[in-house]
Amino acid sequence: MDMNEIKDIFFQECEEQLAELETGLLALNDGDTDAETVNAVFRAVHSIKGGAGAFGLDDLVAFAHVFETTLDCVRSNKLEPSHDVLKVMLKSADVLADLCAASRDGSKVVDTARSAGLVEELEALSNGRPLPQATVEPSATAQAASTMSASADPSDALAPTDESGFQPVPFSFDDFEDEAPAATATPAASVFTVRFKPRSDLYAKGNEAALLLRDLSRLGATQVLCKTEGLPSIDLIDPEGAYFHWIIRIKTQQDEAAIRTVFEFAEWDCQLDVTAGSDDADQADFAALGAAGDPDLPMAPVLFDLSLLDEDPVVAEVAASSSVVPAIKTPLLTVALSQPVAPADMFATADLPRAAKAIAAEVEKQNAAVAAVPAAPQTIRVDLDRVDRLINLVGELVINQAMLAQSVVENETGGPSAINLGLEELQQLTREIQDSVMAIRAQPVKPVFQRMSRIVREIADMTGKNVRLVTEGENTEVDKTVIDKLAEPLTHMIRNAVDHGLETPEKRLAAGKSPEGVLRLTARHRSGRIVIEIADDGAGINRDRVRQKAIESGLISPDSSLSDEEIDNLIFHPGFSTAEKLSDISGRGVGMDVVKRSIQSLGGRISIISKPGQGSTFTMSLPLTLAVLDGMVVTVANQTLVVPLTAIIETLQPARQHIHCFGPTQRLIAIRETFCPLVDVGQILNFRPTQADPVAGVALLVESEGGGQRALMVDAIQGQRQVVIKSLEANYTYVPGIAAATILGDGRVALILDVDAVVAASRGQALGSEMSLAAAG
Amino acid sequence: MRAMGSEMLELIAFHSGGQEFCVDVKAVREIRGWTPATPLPDAPPHVKGVINLRGVVLPIIDLGGRLGMPSIDPTARHVIIMVEAVGRVAGLLVEAVSDIFTIATTRIQPAPEVADEFNRSFARGIIAIEGRMICLFKLESLFDTHESEAA
Amino acid sequence: MKKKVLTVDDSRTIRNMLLVTLTNAGFETVQAEDGIEGLEVLEESNPDVIVTDINMPRLDGFGFIEGVRQNEKYRAIPILVLTTESDPEKKNRAREAGATGWIVKPFDPNKLIAAIERVTA
Repeated sequence: MDMNEIKDIFFQECEEQLAELETGLLALNDGDTDAETVNAVFRAVHSIKGGAGAFGLDDLVAFAHVFETTLDCVRSNKLEPSHDVLKVMLKSADVLADLCAASRDGSKVVDTARSAGLVEELEALSNGRPLPQATVEPSATAQAASTMSASADPSDALAPTDESGFQPVPFSFDDFEDEAPAATATPAASVFTVRFKPRSDLYAKGNEAALLLRDLSRLGATQVLCKTEGLPSIDLIDPEGAYFHWIIRIKTQQDEAAIRTVFEFAEWDCQLDVTAGSDDADQADFAALGAAGDPDLPMAPVLFDLSLLDEDPVVAEVAASSSVVPAIKTPLLTVALSQPVAPADMFATADLPRAAKAIAAEVEKQNAAVAAVPAAPQTIRVDLDRVDRLINLVGELVINQAMLAQSVVENETGGPSAINLGLEELQQLTREIQDSVMAIRAQPVKPVFQRMSRIVREIADMTGKNVRLVTEGENTEVDKTVIDKLAEPLTHMIRNAVDHGLETPEKRLAAGKSPEGVLRLTARHRSGRIVIEIADDGAGINRDRVRQKAIESGLISPDSSLSDEEIDNLIFHPGFSTAEKLSDISGRGVGMDVVKRSIQSLGGRISIISKPGQGSTFTMSLPLTLAVLDGMVVTVANQTLVVPLTAIIETLQPARQHIHCFGPTQRLIAIRETFCPLVDVGQILNFRPTQADPVAGVALLVESEGGGQRALMVDAIQGQRQVVIKSLEANYTYVPGIAAATILGDGRVALILDVDAVVAASRGQALGSEMSLAAAG
Repeated sequence: MRAMGSEMLELIAFHSGGQEFCVDVKAVREIRGWTPATPLPDAPPHVKGVINLRGVVLPIIDLGGRLGMPSIDPTARHVIIMVEAVGRVAGLLVEAVSDIFTIATTRIQPAPEVADEFNRSFARGIIAIEGRMICLFKLESLFDTHESEAA
Repeated sequence: MKKKVLTVDDSRTIRNMLLVTLTNAGFETVQAEDGIEGLEVLEESNPDVIVTDINMPRLDGFGFIEGVRQNEKYRAIPILVLTTESDPEKKNRAREAGATGWIVKPFDPNKLIAAIERVTA
């Protein structure tokens, strides 16, 4: 592991923290008042700051710090997380994300004005000032600041570093030399007298007088005097009491501050006096040091031999002493001295001091609270490649199992043999393994949805619209490959919805609506697919305008009569774009036809329902995975094809009387009261020159997005099965009318029909014109 | 085996459209007999369809047909050479494998300029061996054509 | 014998840094991601010193330290608090909970090692 790897980890972690941050802020915005939500939000920014500091990413640290300070005000209930406050915070989260990305990619942040503006707003918030609209009156600032206990002086917060003394120290393993305290230009050594009297708390907190003395001795030559007169008579001894104190004379080139630094951790739990020069008061004792070993004077000052600490003195002394209580780490010195005074049984009583009992009670309370917290689910991180390899292998297994089953069928006399039973079990197991493996790659759509909230904020800002994004079903899971490809079309649709769907606040008010537009983004599972809806409560599609535009661009003839639905779906037509679209945000040279194509390339469908004055709803449905699909295996012109089951509404056995000629070449089939065009798949794919007799085949009633129903004619149905999707493009190229390939039980390749392309072709578009559709994906 | 100052190349030679071609052995994944391929709709005549090679779907291309010579009607006697180039795999349908031999790269002659630019499109060079002329086939050209067909 | 350090921090970045720093300095390192896990790891790993963060999910540093101090076996183990928050109030709370000392993040490897050495024999 080197710095670069840790840095990679840091940026990965940033992504996660940013997602946490946004989720939390959005939850707060929706009225979540859970303290843990605020804590999580704070922790996210705090972690980013911590890591960024270690890598010397100063821009990131500075911004995170200001953000964190404001969040701390919310955490400590000094700042009410109102919608206005959260608006600033959400924008700050966006900037933080930009800064992370910029740090990662080593690029400069583009929008420094934006981040500077937000820093100002955040600081205003943490100082209790009104948000800097235009100019803030100084008097108002002072007044507001005085009501805030958090920061008495607003200028504190304006400083790029911190009132808490936080200073980024870039971290580098190169610094890691075992450098001795650099003694440059050796100053003259001076003598200090240190009086150090620990309280029992010092030991309770894991500090150790002897270790402090050892540390002190590293600063220079020391004479140490241990004063034992505080030791009470045996029956009064508290085994955890602190009865000794020390007087140390030290000759050092360091200053008093360096001496105090040694006792930094102990300063609250001891009396510490550091005086320059040698202290006369204990002259006699120091003088007596020469005669310190007198065994008749146990209470006499004892010279503390620091060399004891160097090797493994604890073990040695413990072995020599019979009076040590296991598990209670008493001051080392008492170990050395306690022999004559401390009987073993006295120490053995585990009579905890009252303070310790109080702590124990407190901890019990804490533990009870902890027990209520659900344990985090256990997870491991796995390289995506490994999962993909596993998925491929399982794909092979599925094919192999099918091949095995087929050869058993071909070679067997039939009947319920052991082989057949085993095979059934194998099939069941294979299916379960496959489902489990697919579940590994299943991910909630949440991260993509989260990205959308940022898009909404940005577009809303740009267009001056007031938008609230409501998301539902973010935990709906779908294969990772689908998720990865979802972001782009979704982004475009969200842009479109804010830009074109929703009206300006003024127009909304005029129409008697709330000035705030609502965009609803939902995900749910429906019959083996994921359905994602984007609904706005805007003006709805202007059908007259769309119709007019379609006539102008020659898509429809002026006298054609179209249903409302058909008009709405014109917006997906290639080349269709209303004037506005070219002018602004959602323009960017892409129309809804591109969105439709990229959805289709994922095996998905998209449609729109619009109600004038009430808004539009885009609905897209996508397969849950791009690795397998449930298909109907059919025969067409002696070829085996697979038709995705999700596209099929029903299968029909056409009877002669239901087939009606319609003009010179077309035929319709009567299904109950309606007439549906018959499409011979064999002919469309050029597998045969003329239409086959429909009565000899089977019709698959399918529905394609915006295209109504079609009856696809195939020669026969072989059965239904789950097939593994294999790319044709990997070694060949896109084939019009074909979505992908698969491998059947006999080891041969079967093609998977692209139903939408075939339906489009049946409406007169050449198959090839849809070609760019899958090629784009 | 290494001749002075020149690399040795191991080549596999085959007949296609009545002419002899060769490719680097290192590009060959497998050689197998003809098995029926799954035809693709609207494919050019030299694309005989797709087959499954250990879980990978790849196209079978009649080399003679691809080079503008008469395409063959495959039978069990025909051979498919699975080749890999530019990260893609395809099966070359040929009449028969004729030879495997090793020569020094210095013995590869540049292909002469011809009117239809066959030399530039498909030939890496030509080799004279035992009185025969063998064209060292430019494998990438197989895959270039797919791009141009798709465009 | 190598000294064993238990580090408790929810940040993967910091955990890795601690791991590298401590390993380079010749310590054996065991790690936990939050206070709850810290208490679990403590039991099975028997460390010589603990380095813990304050802001953590599930059980924060204060709660963790109190939990350690409540354990008879670890009542006197040195605990260093690793945190960006060096303001006196936080320090005090950590001390009240039973922290031995503190290191201000982002840490300087030398300071970290010096602090560990100051509190361990």
